[in-house]
Amino acid sequence: MKLLNKSLIYLSVSLFFIIGVWSVVFYFNLLSEIKESVDEGLDNYKRQIVATAHKDPSVLDKNNFDDGFFVIREITQNEAFAIRDTYLDTSVMMQDADDDKPELEPVRMLITAFENNGQYYELRIINSMVEEDDLVEELFAEALILYFVLMTLIILINNLVLKRLWQPFYTFLNQLKSYRIGKSFPQVNTKTQEFNDLQKAVTILLQHNVETFEQQKQFIGNASHELQTPLAIATNKLELLIEKGNLKPEEAENIAEVMHIVERLVRLNKSLLLLTKIENQQFLDNQTVSFNEVVKQNVNDLEEIAEYKNVKITVSEKAELTAQMDISLANVVVSNLLRNAIFHNLENGVVNVEISENAIVISNTGINAPINQQKLFSRFHKTQNDSNGTGLGLAIVKAVCDLYEFPITYRYQDGLHIFEWNIK
Amino acid sequence: MKILIVEDEKALLETLVASLTKEHFVIETASDFRSASEKMALYDYDCILLDIMLPHGSGLELLQQLKQDGKTANVIIISAKDSLDDKLKGLEWGADDYLTKPFHIAELNARIKAVIRRNKLDGKNTIEMTNMVLDLTERTFFVNQQNVPLNRKEFDILNYFMLNKNRLVTKTALAEHVWGDNTDQADNYDFIYYQIKNLRKKLNEAQAEIEIEAVYGIGYKLIET
Repeated sequence: MKLLNKSLIYLSVSLFFIIGVWSVVFYFNLLSEIKESVDEGLDNYKRQIVATAHKDPSVLDKNNFDDGFFVIREITQNEAFAIRDTYLDTSVMMQDADDDKPELEPVRMLITAFENNGQYYELRIINSMVEEDDLVEELFAEALILYFVLMTLIILINNLVLKRLWQPFYTFLNQLKSYRIGKSFPQVNTKTQEFNDLQKAVTILLQHNVETFEQQKQFIGNASHELQTPLAIATNKLELLIEKGNLKPEEAENIAEVMHIVERLVRLNKSLLLLTKIENQQFLDNQTVSFNEVVKQNVNDLEEIAEYKNVKITVSEKAELTAQMDISLANVVVSNLLRNAIFHNLENGVVNVEISENAIVISNTGINAPINQQKLFSRFHKTQNDSNGTGLGLAIVKAVCDLYEFPITYRYQDGLHIFEWNIK
Repeated sequence: MKILIVEDEKALLETLVASLTKEHFVIETASDFRSASEKMALYDYDCILLDIMLPHGSGLELLQQLKQDGKTANVIIISAKDSLDDKLKGLEWGADDYLTKPFHIAELNARIKAVIRRNKLDGKNTIEMTNMVLDLTERTFFVNQQNVPLNRKEFDILNYFMLNKNRLVTKTALAEHVWGDNTDQADNYDFIYYQIKNLRKKLNEAQAEIEIEAVYGIGYKLIET
């Protein structure tokens, strides 16, 4: 989930509760405020009525609420003394302007007592009150509206402001995603301290990685170079020894074995050097390469080997395929793929090479099961019948393909192992 | 033929001397920059084998110096570094060939003879042996003045053997020379046997006075009969 949406969820949930609680508190405050003000009004009325009663005793006869908002009842002195000024919420049957018949309306009532010319009276004054359920309904609606307005605004602000604030982060992230060793480090262009810190941290991490990678590459390169001279000495000394002759058959056999081992070392070393060179991009003498020619040349070179292995190679050229590439690397890829197809084949097997407008597809018969594509291209991956190989052939192929961004894929289909090399 | 070998690794130097002596070359050696520079300035050689990485200096500098002195010796660079840069620079500065370590003795022989032949100005590009002539320009082969047709690889094999007369040619060296230097796959060089068999048959039928002998199952040797 995006950060933006996540923060929105937190905001909406907390806002919901905040506004909910606030509405309840607001409701009770409002209600008590209203009552206070109504009570004050009732108190004023009381003093007015008491004053009026002095001048005009007829008001003392008002004993129901039908045509007024107060009633007066005569009481004894004792009763009068027992009465304290009390305000209470009650309801009275009355007809409002908006009602068609009288109904119970919530009112605020003041019960009090007063003395007029030695006579004691009880006075009840009412004032209509807000209807509480109306108030609750109204408040609830208002709170909901407030909530939605707030949320809409927050979403808008979030989208505009936060997106703008996070923009450098996303740019940085995209650069980081497409980063490959050897390219320039991702840059962030912002004054936001956190993003600048992030960039610093990432840069340090990448620098460290690049250094390690370079060191490793250099080590393999140097080690392989240093091995070249000793291997040359071993090869040449053994050749001279054999040439000298006078060897017993078992001596010759032993020497031959050692020679094979040295040759294997030489092959391994050369392959490692080649890999290092490809990764260091030391080739790249790019020119227009005709892959039809490259394929034909390599098929021609491998003819005798295929014949010896009883493998039939067929080439079908559907189009002329050319691309910008280092010719020796093009040869390495095609040769390695062809050799791979010939050596991991069956007796009387076939190798088909198809050249189309933008791909070379090499398919061959072989063991009756697909090979794990991940392992296939990894270094030193060997199948069982390949104890003499370096296990670097397809790794070299992959390295070249990665370098030129010409993807190579493997699949097993209808009993054929198929390598498809897309060029361009 | 006078050859100077400039190589700082003593053991390799020894084997090179031992091998090239068999070809009846006159050999001189230098194992560091100064002595090499001195010898190259004082004497003339037909061919110089030059290592690039030397104590006190680079073989490429020696090459420049040699060309500045106007010497015409053929130079073959022998380097542990199979670097395109060095190769291009070396060839640009007048080296005749570039050989990466490790190499087979047969390959070195072939390269030395090829550069010496290339720079001889008699215009003839043939190898003659007993009753045979191999024409490298026309890529034709004659035994007793009779043309013997050979396919491309048979021609290359025979050429390689003739450059290495009486010398061991291992199957690996032959495979790399004729079938290309793509060394990664587990090459089983048994297929070479069939190629040699075919070639022997053609040589026999044409009554060529040479023989390709097997050597301990490791390689072959061309000898005159």
